[in-house]
Amino acid sequence: MRPACCRYPDVLTAQNVAVARAGVMVLAGVSFCLNAGRALILRGPNGAGKTTLLRAVAGLQPIAGGVLTAGEDDIAYGAHSDGVKPTLTVAENLSFWAQIYGTDLAASAMAAMQLEALANRRAGQLSAGQKRRLGLARILVTGRKIWVLDEPTVSLDTASVVLFGSAVQAHLAAGGAALIATHIDMSFAADELDITPFRADAHAPVLSGQFDEAFL
Amino acid sequence: MRALLLRDLRLAFRAGGGFGLSLAFFLMVAVIVPLGVGPAPATLALIAAGVLWVGALLAALLSLDRIFALDYEDGSLDLLATSPLPLGGVVAMKALAHWLTTGLPLVAASPVLAVLLNLPAQGYFWLLVSLAIGTPALSIIGAFGASLTVGLKRGGLLLGLLVLPLYIPTLIFGAEVVKSGAAGAAIGTPLAALAAITAGAWAGLPLAAAMAIGANLR
Repeated sequence: MRPACCRYPDVLTAQNVAVARAGVMVLAGVSFCLNAGRALILRGPNGAGKTTLLRAVAGLQPIAGGVLTAGEDDIAYGAHSDGVKPTLTVAENLSFWAQIYGTDLAASAMAAMQLEALANRRAGQLSAGQKRRLGLARILVTGRKIWVLDEPTVSLDTASVVLFGSAVQAHLAAGGAALIATHIDMSFAADELDITPFRADAHAPVLSGQFDEAFL
Repeated sequence: MRALLLRDLRLAFRAGGGFGLSLAFFLMVAVIVPLGVGPAPATLALIAAGVLWVGALLAALLSLDRIFALDYEDGSLDLLATSPLPLGGVVAMKALAHWLTTGLPLVAASPVLAVLLNLPAQGYFWLLVSLAIGTPALSIIGAFGASLTVGLKRGGLLLGLLVLPLYIPTLIFGAEVVKSGAAGAAIGTPLAALAAITAGAWAGLPLAAAMAIGANLR
């Protein structure tokens, strides 16, 4: 059974999802659906459980209850840290991930994030904002349909936030979807979900004792 | 998979990648031992096989915590775990890269160091063979240990305590191959056991390490 909001073909659905972190229930009863061409912004104060929810959606940790449905191999996850290797150049970092995901999008991603002038620069020499842009270019490189991004605009300047906004818009226009946790206002139209009301009772027992098979 | 192997090799050769550290350490061990036990050729010949194998063991141990720790710290491990690569394959490739950058140079350098330790000439070939067959096991067992301690701050010492006992069978049979080979005795049994440990470790440990990483990333 789908939540009532899902009128259109959706690419990612959460029904009554509960997540736990380090054995403590963080969120319970979260339901949302993400349709193709749409973006959903997760709101909530620090510690509300945004990162934990995103990690669960990305498959890095098991959910403690409810049902999460997403297409197989649809999700590209962008974490707090960029996963950038400081001794590799910008181009080498991107072409590595392009090979891992089997795409040839490294050049176009570099253009979209305006990194071409830095292509042969060691990533360790980039500024924090440039490094973040490289991390976002990595998401473009995956060619995946659902972007799951955790605070993607941290340390970006205003111009780069606009750049990121247009990259997301282009992705949505191409039939993609995005689930983004952020504190700032985005330059594109997006649905919002405040997860504060879903805060779980921290003393509730963690129900799921199941072995996580996502890693087998 | 190949992309990951090439990336890890490239990282190892770049500045700060740690290539050559293990080899230099191996060299130091082989140079220091004669200073400690005295230069008598007969004594050195007696202990050469054991010292070379213990040296190889410690040299491999030195670089183990780099296998996953760097990728964990910069977030790459999360991204690799959510990538299309199976995590077991990631472990196997990273262990292979570790062997190519630490184990293989040790194998190549070992005959030179055997001269310093006065290993009987008959034993040179078997030293090469035993290290070539045994050191891959050191890398994959080490990768398994590193997967258990990934995410721990300063887990290096714990890693050593976890991994060294698991190295014992490889050490025993590896040194036995060299000793028997140097004495001109039959080496079939220890060599087969050494190869079996390596094959078994590579068959089972990548999956075990993948599960440990999956649990540690939660």
